[in-house]
Amino acid sequence: MKMEHKASAEEDSKRGTVKVVNGRYKPSGLFHFISPNTPIKDETGKLMGITNPRDMTFIHSYGGEAIFFESMGLGKLMASRCDNPDCESKGSIFMPFRIHCPDCLFKNTVVDITERAKKNAIVHSFMITERTGAFNTLPTPIKFVNVEFEGVCTILMGALIRGEPKIGMRVVPIFKTKNPDYIITDMLWVPADWPTEDLPEGYTY
Amino acid sequence: MITFSDKQLKIPKMSKPVYLVTGGMSKFARAMPEKRTEEICIDAMTEAAKFIDMTPAQLKKYIHTCYYGHFADHFGDQLLGESVIHDRLGLDPLGNCGVKTGGATGGTTFWEAYKTIASGYSDCALAMGWERMDEVPTDEGNNLISCAADKDWETPMGHIYTGYYAVMAQKYWQVFGKQEESFRKTMAEIAVKNRGYARMNPHAQGPMDITVEDVLNSPIVAHPLRALDCCLMSVGAACGILADEKTAYEMTDNPLRIDLAAGSHTLRVADRRNMEIPLLPNETKEQYADLGQRFPGGDRYPGFTGFLAARMASYYAYRMVGIQDPTKDLDLVELHDAFTISDIQTYEDIGIRPYGEGRTYVESGDCYHTNPNTGEPGKLPANLSGGLIGNMHAVGATGIMQIIEVGQHIWNRWGEMHGDEAKWERFDREKPKDWKNLQVHGAKRGLAISHAGVGSHVTCTILQHPDHVLEGGTL
Repeated sequence: MKMEHKASAEEDSKRGTVKVVNGRYKPSGLFHFISPNTPIKDETGKLMGITNPRDMTFIHSYGGEAIFFESMGLGKLMASRCDNPDCESKGSIFMPFRIHCPDCLFKNTVVDITERAKKNAIVHSFMITERTGAFNTLPTPIKFVNVEFEGVCTILMGALIRGEPKIGMRVVPIFKTKNPDYIITDMLWVPADWPTEDLPEGYTY
Repeated sequence: MITFSDKQLKIPKMSKPVYLVTGGMSKFARAMPEKRTEEICIDAMTEAAKFIDMTPAQLKKYIHTCYYGHFADHFGDQLLGESVIHDRLGLDPLGNCGVKTGGATGGTTFWEAYKTIASGYSDCALAMGWERMDEVPTDEGNNLISCAADKDWETPMGHIYTGYYAVMAQKYWQVFGKQEESFRKTMAEIAVKNRGYARMNPHAQGPMDITVEDVLNSPIVAHPLRALDCCLMSVGAACGILADEKTAYEMTDNPLRIDLAAGSHTLRVADRRNMEIPLLPNETKEQYADLGQRFPGGDRYPGFTGFLAARMASYYAYRMVGIQDPTKDLDLVELHDAFTISDIQTYEDIGIRPYGEGRTYVESGDCYHTNPNTGEPGKLPANLSGGLIGNMHAVGATGIMQIIEVGQHIWNRWGEMHGDEAKWERFDREKPKDWKNLQVHGAKRGLAISHAGVGSHVTCTILQHPDHVLEGGTL
C-alpha cells in the first residue's frame, strides 16, 4: 500500500525557511500545515479513535559537524583526527567525522581525506533492500556499502548508487556539487572507474 | 573506548539480594484498536497480581517506586507517556521514572528497579514496559525506528532499520558463515523454531508452523535478511515486581533471585574500533589467537560480527553471580532474536559458543526444548516463548516479557500460564490441538538478554531459584 504524498512545487514554495541571526534561529514563512482530524470507525460504524495528521519541520544544528556536511557540496570528504599527544588514540582518523576524540574528548583536527577515499576505499560489507521507511529519498533498491579507508579506524556507511556491491570491491565517492541538500546523501558511492557521464544528476567526482 | 581501566571492569557488588516476586503480560498483537495503552498495561499488572493470588489493589500496596519502559514517544504521540500510565495505574504520588534504551528498554527498566531495591531506597518496585506500534502506518513506523539510528549519518539512508542490521548479517555470513548455504539454513532454523514455539504461547502474535524452505523463500527485506528472519512489530505490555528478601517473602513463598548487569557500544556500527576480546570465565586468550586464520576477517573485533555490549553485560553478570560456563550453569535462555543473524551473534557474545562457532548451538540441537537430533531435552533451550520473531517485539515490554518467561519456567508454572484454556479464549486465539507444555523440567537458573539498536545497549538478567544460587559471585 503506497501511502506517500510528495509535496507539490507550489506546496514546497510556501514552506518556511530558517536563518541564524545574532546567534538565534529566525524562522520565516509558513511552518504548520494544519489538516483536520478524521474519525476511525469499525465495520459497524462504532467510533474507535481519530487520525491526528500533522506537518512539522524540525530545526536542527550540525554544530561542529557542519564542515563535513558543507564540504560534500564542494566535492570534499572531511574526516577528523585526534592530535592530542597525550591520548592513547593519538593519530586516529575518524570517519564518520567525530568532533571530539572519543577517548580524550579533545577537539579533533579536521582533515581532508578526499584523495584517500578516491584511491583506496573498499567495501567492508553491504546490503540491498527494496523496502524503505517513510520519507526515503533514495531510489530503490537501496544498496548500502560500509566503506573502509586506509588509515581510518572506523567504517563509514554509504549508499552505492551504481553497480552491484561486493565485499572487497573498490569504490569511489561522488558528491552533489550542484544544488546540494547538505545531508549525508550528498555523498554517494560508485564502483571505481565508473564513467563520469553515468553519474546521477547533480553529482560529480 | 578500546581499553579498560580496572575501575571500569569492576564487578558490581550489590548491597543486598534482590528478588523477582511476580510478573505479568498482556496479549501481544500487531494492532489493538480496541484498547488504549493504559488498558494493556493494566492487563499485564492484573496478571502479575493474580500470579501471586493478590488483587491489583493488594499488590499496589507494596509498591514504593515505579520504573516505566517505553521506547518511542513518537509511536504514541505522547510525551511523558509514563506519567499517563502511572496515573492510570493509580500509583500517584509515588516516585516514578521513565526509561529509554531502544530495544533494551525492558531490560534497562528492570536494571533500574533492581538497583533501587539493592540500594535500600525501596523495598518493592514496579518495572512496567509497553509499546504500541500500531498508531502509525507501517512505513512511518519503520521511519520512526530508523530514527533510533544516527539521524544525520544513517537514517537518511533508506529510513529502514533492518538495513543497518543486514550489513552485519552480510559480514557475519562472509566471515564466520563462510558464505555457506548450510549456514543460511541454520539461520532459517532459528525462525522455524521460534515461530513454532510461539504456537504454544497464547500471548504470541506470530505463531507459525513453517519450514526452512518457507523462510528461505519469504520476501527479501534487506538482503540477506528475509521477512521470516525478522522480528515482529507489536503492541503489548509486560511488568515485573522486584523486592528485597523480607518483602518478597511477605508477598509470596516463591520469589526468585534476580541479578542484572548492562553494557553498551556505539550507536553507529560505523564507529566500532578494533580491540581485544574481553574474555568470559569459560574462555581463554589462546583460543582466539588463530581466529583470523580460521575465519579470515574474524580477527577484527568486535567488527561487524559481534555485539560488544552483550559481551560486556555478560562479562559483569556472570562474575556477579558466579557463572563459569553458561551452558552448564543455566537451564534456559531468552535471547533478543530481533533477526536470526543477531541471535547467532549473541550466542557467541554471551559465551554459549566461542566466537565463530555460534551456528553449532543450533546445529547440535542444544537450543531446542527437545533436541531434534537425539529426542532428549535440549542442553540449553532458547526462546521457548517464541522470542521476538514468534512472540512479540513491543519494544518497551520485550525485555520484561523475556524475564517473566524465564521466571515462569523456574517457578515451574510455564504450563499453567500458557496452557490455560480461558486465557486462549480471552485472547481470542485458538489453542493448537497439538499444544505442548514447553516447561523446562527442573529449571533452576535462566538468563535473558535485552538488546538495543545494532548493539548500543544490552542488559543481561540472571534468574536463580533461591535454593540453587550459584557460589563464587560477588553477592
